[in-house]
Amino acid sequence: MTTTVKLTTPLSDQDVASLWIGDKVLLSGVIYTARDAAHKRLIDLLNAGQELPLELQGQVMYYVGPSPARPGQAIGAAGPTTSYRMDPYTPQLLARGLKAMIGKGKRSPEVIEAMIKYRAVYLGATGGAGALISQAIKEAQVLAYEDLGPEAIHRLVVEDFPAIVINDCQGHDLYEEGIKKYAR
Amino acid sequence: MREINVQEVTAAVKQAAMTANFELGADMLRALEKGAREEESPAGQEVFRQLLENARIAREKRIPICQDCGLTVVFAELGQEVHLVGGDFNEAVQEGVRQGYQAGYLRKSLCHPLTRKNTGDNTPAVIYTTIVPGDQLKLMVVPKGGGSENMSRVFMLRPAAGLAGIKEKVVETVRDAGANPCPPTIIGVGIGGTFEQAALLAKKALLREVGSQHPDPELAALEQELLTMINNLGIGPQGLGGRFTSLAVHINLMPCHIASLPVAVNVQCHASRHQEVVL
Repeated sequence: MTTTVKLTTPLSDQDVASLWIGDKVLLSGVIYTARDAAHKRLIDLLNAGQELPLELQGQVMYYVGPSPARPGQAIGAAGPTTSYRMDPYTPQLLARGLKAMIGKGKRSPEVIEAMIKYRAVYLGATGGAGALISQAIKEAQVLAYEDLGPEAIHRLVVEDFPAIVINDCQGHDLYEEGIKKYAR
Repeated sequence: MREINVQEVTAAVKQAAMTANFELGADMLRALEKGAREEESPAGQEVFRQLLENARIAREKRIPICQDCGLTVVFAELGQEVHLVGGDFNEAVQEGVRQGYQAGYLRKSLCHPLTRKNTGDNTPAVIYTTIVPGDQLKLMVVPKGGGSENMSRVFMLRPAAGLAGIKEKVVETVRDAGANPCPPTIIGVGIGGTFEQAALLAKKALLREVGSQHPDPELAALEQELLTMINNLGIGPQGLGGRFTSLAVHINLMPCHIASLPVAVNVQCHASRHQEVVL
């Protein structure tokens, strides 16, 4: 039976260890956005031995490139983008203490391995539910790389952001389990 | 000869781009409601509930259905008795896209393929113009999302592969895509033509009303068979496992070279957006 877990960022190892694939998560607190271009810049900094524009320990990264906010709104539509494009960069960020990622679609074996090693989880949000998800985002500010436009790193304040655990830190994969259960 | 000023084209494209991004079509809403009623998996049911709620919020609050407001594809059918006046038709379409994406707070999602620098205004749109009988101009504005487009494929099969080969490739494409293209999807299949025509047939197939039947009974049966094969994969809504991996399979077919069997599979996410205007 699936359970619903309310979590507040930053996340501890304990928060993450208690999650199981299929658990519904309602996430509150600060999370950070990043897509392909921002990931590349973060990894370039790490490889050059330089400081990152944000502290990753305990944090949650959301793979999203929101549409522009209308006047008076915090953000436009803001659903997840496909995560596999971030896979080449992800293990290094997990090594720096990143505790959860929110996206959609399957992760690579390397990323799943790194989630076990560094105790982190991968959460799925409903792709294409950008208007619905935007209602859970209360504040949005550009934190770094403003020149990237929708791909800039944004600091978001979220309240009961709806997600589901796709990969827990024991190495389970909801996509695999789901197919096993419903394939004919 | 009927005259249409291209300024009308710009205004129509601008409006259609916005409407397409805010209002999911009635056929798609019916398909999502059917999914919500019939999906067996609890996680899948929750996805359908969210998608219906998402469509309502988008329509009422004028927030895009999806933050990926797409690369804008425009299918223009120009009546041969129409004389376009007042400027360059293609530029008028581009200007409509430019204005619609600006005024609608839609995401600009186009970039230079090598430098990855954003073009800033969601142009250039991809425009296909065909000449048809009559004195009207029909414009179909189709914002196409990147996630599902990335999972699409073209196969140049050997004729010996036959129908069995076609089925295998369609199902393989959906299986390999998994959760990536935001299932439940619509699958457009183009069979025949040339390399590029197969892909275009597949894309046009996506525009047919979801829930409608193919006029050719044999192809209608093939569509149903493929849909069953796809939904037996168990991928389910958002890949979480379930009965509805796709909502529909649409086939477009035309003759091909005796040496060829081109097959294209264009994957469309559930945010299947298109808006038609007739001038």
